[in-house]
Amino acid sequence: MERNLMKGNEALAEAAIRAGCKCFFGYPITPQTEISAYMAKRMPKVGGVFLQAESEIAAINMVYGCASSGVRCMTSSSSPGISLKSEGVSYMAGSDLPCVIINVMRGGPGLGGIQPSQSDYWQATRALGHGDFQILVFAPSSVQEMADLIGRAFDEADKYRMPAMILADGLLGQMMEPVVFHTEEIQHHDPEDKHWATTGHKNKRKHNIINSLYLQAEELETLNFERFKRYETVKQEVHEAELYRTEDADIIVAAYGSVARLAKAAVDNAREQGIKVGLFRPITLWPFPAAEINEACRNAKRVLCVEMSMGQMIDDVKLALNCRLPVEFYGRTGGVIPKPSAILEQIKTLAKEAE
Amino acid sequence: MTDLGKIIAITGHYGSGKTNLAINLAVDFARNGEKVTIIDLDIVNPYFRTADHSDLFDRYGIFLIAPQFANTNLDIPSLGFDMAAAANNCDRLIIDVGGDDSGAVALGQYSTVLNNLGCSLYYVVNRYRYLTRTPEEAAEILRDIEQVSRIKAKGVINCSNLGSQTSAADVAETEEYAAQCGKASGIPVVMTAAERSLGVVGAYPVDVYIRPFWEENN
Repeated sequence: MERNLMKGNEALAEAAIRAGCKCFFGYPITPQTEISAYMAKRMPKVGGVFLQAESEIAAINMVYGCASSGVRCMTSSSSPGISLKSEGVSYMAGSDLPCVIINVMRGGPGLGGIQPSQSDYWQATRALGHGDFQILVFAPSSVQEMADLIGRAFDEADKYRMPAMILADGLLGQMMEPVVFHTEEIQHHDPEDKHWATTGHKNKRKHNIINSLYLQAEELETLNFERFKRYETVKQEVHEAELYRTEDADIIVAAYGSVARLAKAAVDNAREQGIKVGLFRPITLWPFPAAEINEACRNAKRVLCVEMSMGQMIDDVKLALNCRLPVEFYGRTGGVIPKPSAILEQIKTLAKEAE
Repeated sequence: MTDLGKIIAITGHYGSGKTNLAINLAVDFARNGEKVTIIDLDIVNPYFRTADHSDLFDRYGIFLIAPQFANTNLDIPSLGFDMAAAANNCDRLIIDVGGDDSGAVALGQYSTVLNNLGCSLYYVVNRYRYLTRTPEEAAEILRDIEQVSRIKAKGVINCSNLGSQTSAADVAETEEYAAQCGKASGIPVVMTAAERSLGVVGAYPVDVYIRPFWEENN
């Protein structure tokens, strides 16, 4: 298999095309603009559509329309742009539509900055828009994993008829690493295979309606009940995490995405100094891999959650552990990247406490 | 090393290794006792840029000209300096141009003065970069760059690499590709650059200054 040197953003775009994404609707924002730029170059060559919309809101509504017709489609943005898309995401969730949304997070709140951040965890896993709903959230940690997870996100989104998000950050989007694509072919997905899609009834079936407006309270409640029953199935079937040197660990560092790379370096350094520490890295953020973190923490006395935020994933860590272990937090925010040496210092402090 | 000229402009596809090469050239000329000026003309990508290395430049007495607001909260593409004066005030001028034609636009505004002074424009290629895997694709990007920069390229520099996973064999097997890139663009391959520890025979040895964030310097 050919190795390619690619930026995270480029790998996401190429992998999406190979996963059968036919339409991309975007609007530029640092640090994810390479996704749009790449799509602009490649989509016309593979018979797909690249469209730069007039705004983020327009782009997500184009995805809404495109997904309704059963075509695999995607949009991408960075934090402030994702906030703008939230109304459209809620409509898509309310209409049971699959799509992929990429968020290459940057510092916030507000217009924030352009340096990497993880401060949209709550937004992605709790409330990407109004109403009772969830979306699937995948958190890659390398350029290769960005390429691998896109196809997975499309498949799961189609399977469960719900939006899926790739939650990355500026660090992952901008860095370059070798990538291998496991298939040279571009997947083909027939919209007709989606029985609910507006593909044209040709007088052979009742026409399909895509809608999220239900004025009868009982009808809307029934739909929400059904959707949440489906979410329970998703929780059973979609959960993944990487456990690294956790077998005998007294201390577990919990981190996702690019921060997990930094934390891994700190874990290795701490191990060299004889500290029994391991890393728990969730790959799915919703559903949160609760069984996996409990497995990782089997022998642990302390947990250290490290994030590029003021502390958001830490809520899920505590919930998953039922608060049976003390969970400490170390984070940098606003675009500042926590250094492995600083994480190591935190681990050392915890190791002393755990003695 | 081949004589690259007094005014050296480095262009190429995004992520081909341009900035790292430009920094190496500047450091090597300065080590040779030359008075070196490096211009960070990359107004496209605010994430990895020459201006990040001002400490290194200070150490070697290299004069850095960067966008006025580089590395501040106001990273806006404003370039206000006199190219002719910059060229006259040093022994060697290195210009790090942004990626692709969009990056080369910034070079275009200096094309008249640079063509008069005699500027050597080099096109950096990396066979492992996705959109320049074939010589035809590479030549297409160079055509776009030449069009907007209004400067003809003098030669190809082969910087083929896979980041930290590059082996000597990975570099060696790109020789034919680089030659074909030159052929397709009608210019010679002036050199191959490879990471120093790989020990690629005949290659210009470079140190890697652009590193992932989790590899702490010092």
